[in-house]
Amino acid sequence: MGRVIVGQPLVPGEAAGQALVTREPLSFWGGFDYRTGEIIDRRHPLSGQIAAGRVLVVPHARGSSTTTAVLLEAVRAGTSPAAILTTGPETFFALAAIVAQEMYQRWFPVVTIDPNDFDSLESGVRLMIALDGTITADESPKVEGRP
Amino acid sequence: MDVDLTERDRGMLAGDEGAAAARAMRIVVRMAEVFQAASLLDITQAHIDSTIYIGEANLDFAERLVRDGARVVVPTTLNVSGLDEHGWREWAVPADWAEKARRQMVAYEQMGCLPTWTCAPYQTEHAPRFGQQIAWGESNAIVYANSVLGARTERYPDLLDICAAITGRVPAFGLHLDENRRGQVLFQIEGVPQKLQQDDSFYPVLGHLVGKAAGDRVPVIDGLAVTPSADQLKALGAAAASSGNVGLFHIVGVTPEAPTRQAAFAGHAPGQILQVDLPSLRQARQELTTGDGEGLDLVVLGSPHFSLAEFQRLASLLRGRRHPSVRFLVTTSRAVAHLARQSGLLDPLEAFGGQVTVDTCILASPMLPPEVRRLMTNSGKYAYYAPGLLGVQVVFGSLEDCVRSAAAGRVLRDETLWAV
Repeated sequence: MGRVIVGQPLVPGEAAGQALVTREPLSFWGGFDYRTGEIIDRRHPLSGQIAAGRVLVVPHARGSSTTTAVLLEAVRAGTSPAAILTTGPETFFALAAIVAQEMYQRWFPVVTIDPNDFDSLESGVRLMIALDGTITADESPKVEGRP
Repeated sequence: MDVDLTERDRGMLAGDEGAAAARAMRIVVRMAEVFQAASLLDITQAHIDSTIYIGEANLDFAERLVRDGARVVVPTTLNVSGLDEHGWREWAVPADWAEKARRQMVAYEQMGCLPTWTCAPYQTEHAPRFGQQIAWGESNAIVYANSVLGARTERYPDLLDICAAITGRVPAFGLHLDENRRGQVLFQIEGVPQKLQQDDSFYPVLGHLVGKAAGDRVPVIDGLAVTPSADQLKALGAAAASSGNVGLFHIVGVTPEAPTRQAAFAGHAPGQILQVDLPSLRQARQELTTGDGEGLDLVVLGSPHFSLAEFQRLASLLRGRRHPSVRFLVTTSRAVAHLARQSGLLDPLEAFGGQVTVDTCILASPMLPPEVRRLMTNSGKYAYYAPGLLGVQVVFGSLEDCVRSAAAGRVLRDETLWAV
């Protein structure tokens, strides 16, 4: 059993994946290629990482209001993150998930977590997200060499 | 928490105003729940950013709304599209892509939106007034409407903007409400020469710095020794909304909700005070340039879209002709391009070898040919996004630098103003 974090589901859903953690906000417009699932903001610490299928842990979206549109394309293309964890209510991510649900009956959960829990998460950890926003972190097999 | 809905809201959810209005209302109400908004409020205007062609899903969203009978219920302007509707063939836009981008333009026009096709709707006759509740998309337009005009909009993401326009309703939250509009972090300008503050290139740099440090807090700028022009405020906001989540800023003594520092913070103390001096500005300016060397393929101006006043200033700087290896492009709205044409302001630009693209910009349209590897701009927003979105290198310079460099065929920047 791993550590349990209690989150608030903004858009509830079940998901699991390896955490991809950043302390820096991210714009998906100009920051994410929905054809490949890669983070392409060359000024961002996660530049070059594949976010598709990962649990993206990011404080909030930054900048352009087109982030939602890019995330909706990612859901359709199957390149979206498995889930997004943020530190506060986040319009851009939640809306993309809600519209994807309306249109494709397919979406990624968006869950807010406490800033202290946020600080405790590191890339590479496997996270499981339950419908009620509970997050289980499986920290046993430590992956070496991750930032 | 349940959102308090009116009888009309509930009727719309039940399909009284058609399937499209019901879908739009479902999305608005779910977003109200996300924000724990107690109720919805009426808007009197909208600006739609969902017009930029991103891919099949967004086109599908728009066309489904049209099929289901969507009509906007408030005056609604349209942001840039993915296409210069009549001029795209002059550039590298693939024909199949153009076809889809055009379908998306048509879909939004069919919903009853005004075909303004500009990211600077605040410089049109549709600019909102002080205190007006509106639902705007497009980060630079949002920050200008809130900060410079004192209208009230939250930072509406794509797709929610059109839902607001179809329902006329938005969650009562965020920047719509007094308590979220007060300043949170103070940027105190100190030791910045007045001559630099008068220069246009100061404002994108200041915006970049402020946006990056403010994050999602409301910044207050104090200590400006000059009164910036509308275009300078536009450049500041666009840069701040690129490097940060800024939807509203105040400048003490300049913007309408900040007659004094105390008013800007609504009587509260700043949560943080940051000094803006010449070294921090030089650092911010440097961040807007990637790579080095003098190589140059394109000079591009007009993000946000060039205003008539900017065309006038550009015309006064143009001499001779651009170097054959450097293209020179200005992006603007069809309305301003028309005025500039009628005013004779496009003649010197064309004599220089420059081109104008309307309805869109280099970030929203795949118009640049692959041989463009390095571009120069006076726009903080272009400088911020071009490397990631277009995979090009970018050089930030003043308008004068841009014109001189285009003529010389290599990057030339005047460092005098920025020297310590």
